[in-house]
Amino acid sequence: MRSGVFFTTYEADMGLRRTPFEKARLGFFVAAAVVFPFVASPYWLTLANQIAIATVGAIGLNILVGYSGQISLGQGAFMAVGAYGAGILTLRLGVPFWAGIPLASLLTAAVGLLFGLPSLRLKGLYLAIATLAAQQIVEWVVTHWTALTGGTEAMVLPAPTLFGERVNTDFRFYWIAVGAAALTALLTANLFRTRVGRAFVAVRDQDVAASAAGVNVFSTKLLAFATSSFFVGMAGALIAYYRAIVNWERFTLDTSIVYLAMIIIGGLGSISGSFFGAAFMVLLPAAIGNLGRSLQQSSPEVAALLPAVQQGAFGVVIILFLILEPEGLAKLWRNVKDYFRLWPFSY
Amino acid sequence: MDVFLQLTISGLANGMVFALAAVGFVIVYKSSDVINFAQGELLLCGAYLCFTFVVQAGLPWGVGVAATVVAAAAVGLLIERFVLRPLIGEPVISMIMATIGLSSVLKAVIQGIWGARPRGFPDLFPDGVVRLGSATVGIDQLLTIVVAAVLLAALTVFFRVTREGIAMRAIADDQQAALSMGISIRRVLAVAWMMAAAAAAVAGLMLGNLVGLSQDIGFVGLRVFPVVILGGLDSIRGAIVGGAVIGLLEAYTGGYVGHGLHQIVPFLVLILVLMVRPYGLFGKPIIERV
Repeated sequence: MRSGVFFTTYEADMGLRRTPFEKARLGFFVAAAVVFPFVASPYWLTLANQIAIATVGAIGLNILVGYSGQISLGQGAFMAVGAYGAGILTLRLGVPFWAGIPLASLLTAAVGLLFGLPSLRLKGLYLAIATLAAQQIVEWVVTHWTALTGGTEAMVLPAPTLFGERVNTDFRFYWIAVGAAALTALLTANLFRTRVGRAFVAVRDQDVAASAAGVNVFSTKLLAFATSSFFVGMAGALIAYYRAIVNWERFTLDTSIVYLAMIIIGGLGSISGSFFGAAFMVLLPAAIGNLGRSLQQSSPEVAALLPAVQQGAFGVVIILFLILEPEGLAKLWRNVKDYFRLWPFSY
Repeated sequence: MDVFLQLTISGLANGMVFALAAVGFVIVYKSSDVINFAQGELLLCGAYLCFTFVVQAGLPWGVGVAATVVAAAAVGLLIERFVLRPLIGEPVISMIMATIGLSSVLKAVIQGIWGARPRGFPDLFPDGVVRLGSATVGIDQLLTIVVAAVLLAALTVFFRVTREGIAMRAIADDQQAALSMGISIRRVLAVAWMMAAAAAAVAGLMLGNLVGLSQDIGFVGLRVFPVVILGGLDSIRGAIVGGAVIGLLEAYTGGYVGHGLHQIVPFLVLILVLMVRPYGLFGKPIIERV
């Protein structure tokens, strides 16, 4: 009977997945992700793509909010920069798809640096309000700078091509979206094992103590904004290529709020939590929508209330999680794992 | 000149409404450090409640408005009891998200009860225009300014002289000291939310009277942030001055510059204030610098 996990080498101790069981579990999830598109219906493939893209964005936001402690209400604006960046690169400059995503992400990281400047003087709710203002300003610029963005008109992109193949179906895009999500998760997991990543966490926990320990608080915060917006911009660019259309309604303050809800519900400062939250926030409205469609015939007056129900459920879920499980779905998942790890002697 | 005067009056009318909404926001922030993202929905709630009492139930104006205030205060009490109280002592982001969730719930409830389509709002103040020199301004705008100014003055007096008001200031100043002096924090927080909701409701019904009843009233909730940051998050006086300044600024930009720039001028001011003087015009300069 194993009474604990003991490592005899540093390599084993530093692994991301350390025990055979953890490795097997990871293998299982990877296998499931590979098999999924071959067995899933087109409807579920659409949802899976949305979840994968949202995961990239949620991990990006979590780097900033969960790991670095800088509250941002500007997620929608960052995604807009990524999406419009990808759109403009493709339409105006003819940049191919595979280069468009990293370039748009880098552009967003640069804008993120700019957004991050107020964080040098502000923290907590003042920073939240500053990013709220930034969100409003970016929204206005996007809708009024018609020459660059097309204003309130949507920007239509051609279907992206990769290795001579057109990526125009959910099945084909699945590999790109899930690949991006997996890459983001891997990079982020490793980021927080490096000096830079630990500095993010130190600044979150106590900025004065962090600076006493030799962390440059200013540059760390700016770097946190840049890193976070890189991934958020990637999510925006993915949305642009996936939908093949860029319209500003997709990147409003509501978007910022939905993403904040994802990481609150999923779990702040957790990569798996970002995924759980993204999946939850994509599946909840979809489930309510399906319920509404099934009620359409039997009771249309209930179905008419649907938008209100969707909005209300969103708010209720946020409040319930905050009150009952502030650490989110990631904590619940951890509880499940702990239960089985100690089984049958859990107490 | 007459354009200037008209813009000034309409800007002040809007600004006074902002100020009322902002005062509700400040009351909550002062007493409990909660940033209330649901203030806009409280305005909306007040406007629709008033619509129900006056149009659907057919009550006379005075009774209708009084009933609105009471009902809104009850909503505020419920919010404090069931959403905010369990979260006392949680980090800032939890509070922000809780009030965002709350705004979503309120929006849903309002949409569920009254539907999403805009409605005509009955005239609270007599229609018509007055000539001031060469300019014509709406009577409703003038009366809005007057009524809001009276209410704001009353609130200021409330904080200066009444027992409840002084208790609120005591709690804002030092919770432990206030507790040891026998002030019930729970009671005061409940009163604070009731007052915030009531102030928002009055602001909402005046705005409904000015611009008509639709979900758009809720967007004023965002406009509250520039107002309170400019005036200082914890200052009633600041909320009044900030409201007037932001209202005027919007009116002038809308009138003279155009291009929809008036939508973001408040937020540009907000960023500027945060960079230069984060505690605002009248706030206590104790904000922690990083």
